[in-house]
Amino acid sequence: MLSLTRLIQGAAAATLLATTTLSAQAAGEVNVYTTREPGLIQPLLDNFSKESGIKANVIFVKEGLAERVATEGANSPADLLSVVDFGNLIELADRGLTQPVQSAVLEEAIPANLRDADGQWYGLSMRARVIYASKDRVQDETLTYEDLADPRFKGKVCIRSGQHPYNTSLIAAVIAKDGPDAAKGWLTGVKDNLARKAGGGDRDVARDILANLCDVGVANSYYVGLMRSGKGGPEQVEWGNAIRVILPTFKDKAGTHVNVSGAAVAKNAPNKENAVKLLEYLVSPAAQEIYAKANFEYPVRAGVAPDPIIAELGTLTVDPTPLTDVAKQRKQASELVDVVGFDG
Amino acid sequence: MSLPRLRLAPARSDRPWRIGAALIALIALAPIGGLVFFASRGSGALWPHLIANVLPAAARTTALLLLGVGILVTVLGIGMAWLVTAYRFPGRRLFEWALLLPLSVPSYVMAFAYLDVVHPVGPLQTGLRHLLGISDPRGLPFPDIRSPGGAILLLGLILYPYVYLPVRALFVMQSASLLEASRTLGAGRWRAFRTVALPLARPAVAVGVSLALMEALNDIGASEFLGVRTLTVAIYTTWVTRSSIEGAAQIALVMLAIVFALVLLERLGRRGMNYAAPRGNGQPMAQKLTGGGALLAALACALPILLGFIVPASYLIVSAARRIALGGLPADLWVWTGNSVLFAGIAAALTVAIGLFLATAGRMSRRKSLHGMIRLAGIGYAIPGTVLAVGLLVPIAGLDNWIADAVKSVWGRSPGLILMSSGAALLLAYCLRFQAITIGGIESGFSRISPSIDMAARSLGAGTARLSGGIHVPLLSPAIAAAGLLVFVDCMKELPATLLLRPFNFETLATYVYGEAARGTYEDGAVAALVIVIAGMLPVALLARAGTRERRGAPTA
Repeated sequence: MLSLTRLIQGAAAATLLATTTLSAQAAGEVNVYTTREPGLIQPLLDNFSKESGIKANVIFVKEGLAERVATEGANSPADLLSVVDFGNLIELADRGLTQPVQSAVLEEAIPANLRDADGQWYGLSMRARVIYASKDRVQDETLTYEDLADPRFKGKVCIRSGQHPYNTSLIAAVIAKDGPDAAKGWLTGVKDNLARKAGGGDRDVARDILANLCDVGVANSYYVGLMRSGKGGPEQVEWGNAIRVILPTFKDKAGTHVNVSGAAVAKNAPNKENAVKLLEYLVSPAAQEIYAKANFEYPVRAGVAPDPIIAELGTLTVDPTPLTDVAKQRKQASELVDVVGFDG
Repeated sequence: MSLPRLRLAPARSDRPWRIGAALIALIALAPIGGLVFFASRGSGALWPHLIANVLPAAARTTALLLLGVGILVTVLGIGMAWLVTAYRFPGRRLFEWALLLPLSVPSYVMAFAYLDVVHPVGPLQTGLRHLLGISDPRGLPFPDIRSPGGAILLLGLILYPYVYLPVRALFVMQSASLLEASRTLGAGRWRAFRTVALPLARPAVAVGVSLALMEALNDIGASEFLGVRTLTVAIYTTWVTRSSIEGAAQIALVMLAIVFALVLLERLGRRGMNYAAPRGNGQPMAQKLTGGGALLAALACALPILLGFIVPASYLIVSAARRIALGGLPADLWVWTGNSVLFAGIAAALTVAIGLFLATAGRMSRRKSLHGMIRLAGIGYAIPGTVLAVGLLVPIAGLDNWIADAVKSVWGRSPGLILMSSGAALLLAYCLRFQAITIGGIESGFSRISPSIDMAARSLGAGTARLSGGIHVPLLSPAIAAAGLLVFVDCMKELPATLLLRPFNFETLATYVYGEAARGTYEDGAVAALVIVIAGMLPVALLARAGTRERRGAPTA
């Protein structure tokens, strides 16, 4: 019964779509598969629909986005694939699930190192992997990622699971920079310094620092904004205020490890034009402002300022290692986590 | 082998049952086929690393988790069921159904709630420190909930109702005559429990414990959050972090083979035993407790309810109240509730109908191949939901594309992917995932109906339809209601398959809770989580009423 109604609806919608696409009208629909939480992406899509008259349909998928698009194949309704982590973006392109997009608007707005050279995917916002340190118990003004393995932090380090993409990407960066042997030594050192089992989320680092369970930890920059702004409730303000945020570098002092959220146009996108319009909207100053204000991310577009809470963490210098070089080490990083028993 | 052969009609009469069961088993195997497809694309290059560095520890952790959860749910489930049926004490009628409440709490909510409540800066420890005048947040020797022990406790507390529910139903329905006989022969109450009630309860215990263990085995929300590296977490890591669906499918299939072998072994152990007993008056000589005994019994019942329900529910109420005070109810809450209830309701109805068909088939024919198919029909429960969903993608998207292309070749226009976009794929996933619950529940209900009833009905000329509709279904109604309830509540809580297979713009309560929790805006999610719990409570209350009616209205022997 349900599917019959939908069948009729679907046929009607398909007819409508076919006619509108044929007459090349601006309005229509765009279908988004996203691993970004609805609370984050919905305001962006709502604004886009308001401005363009294009209806945005969305499915928030956690894992298996690539598998769903791949198995749906030629008839997949997906137009835009929006994911977090450059490793995932590169993988979508490698698996042939995306198509190249050339757009002067996108190329002008997004720095070259944050997008694919062929236009297979585009980075839309950045987050830095930073160090949270206890305001009371840590005096250091600067720290490197390598310092986390320093024996003076024995029993003082908190971190989420080493297998979480945020961490495997950082570990992959260490492998890319220092080589696999040094990376193994480093990761073993960090493991020996753990105050508790690796687990929980990034915010738990701040909470555990408040609870005196640990003194330092690694977490993403935007959580500082989410906690300190009060968006997560009054307790989280307390957690956020217990920490000092250090923008760390690798030991070569070149810059901080960042990751991106981004999007790609699906290979079989039925509404490709609208997907490109949506992409172009997402790098517009208005949308970049939403990324900065709603989720405390770093905008990719020059000239749009991060939220004041994030700006006061200091000036972000992005580590210059190409993201593709880091992505190549991701699998090895994940295996290294197992080898040293990081989560054990 | 004491069971008389039931089949009085000629051999061909079990053919419809066999065809039906084969069809259902085939559909149930579809996602496995998808996994085999993924697994066969992989090279196996992952295995040396997995065997050297991952699987031994993951297998140990998993075994420990299952052992712990198994003991906890068995002790709590049987203990509580025996207490509320064999004794009378103040509050018993309330406890009888309130003991089911932890069912409605999703494991991921349980993990969030407890981490918050018992964290050194959480309300419990902060309050205690104030009372004791301790300033250091680490001044109290609380063990960390983020540990295998914590996971065992939290999972055990929400999973014991899987044992309590069928075992209590069994104790209630069970003839008092056997117990009375044992008592008149001089057995004490404890001995009667140990030597008569407990062995009779074995099918119900086996079904309940195996359901609870599979829930624990396939849990990802709580285990990952609490840092417990089970095999399921290893599958998940292989897939998500190492981007190897091939490797993940390979591990999942190996794990599935082991689980299936264990389930069959348990059934082999019970083979040939007859657990049917004449129906009693449903009031197995409950003994009245007074004074200390009554207090102890009430406390014993109150503890699992407090820890498994009141603590997480209060946490949700406080968080939800804050959210509502800040910004009112989320505007679309009723839409999500409608989606959750609709899909969970349809899935429960379908799985009950299929479960009844299969369990009846199993009673009508003792053919081995038929029983094999019935076991296969429930195989989806032995696979983590997220893996089942991705396995289902292959056949369902294949079929969907086939339909789309066929329609296109006739009409010239593609209708899109109908199964995916209508939610039919999602419903199918729910049914495949939870089918085992109704099969097991109804089968254990059947095991308490003596075959002599069937034979009497047959000899009086009743056909299959009359036997089923007029005798089996009414007698089975508590078992059917219980199984349907479990599926409904499980679907309300279901997350990974819903996330992967849902249509556009389709939000359920569980997906909303997850989306908010993933961003860390717990308060926003709390309202929806509370609705999940409340929606799970309603059928529990209905069931409790049905249960007491059944007891009062039970025919006297």
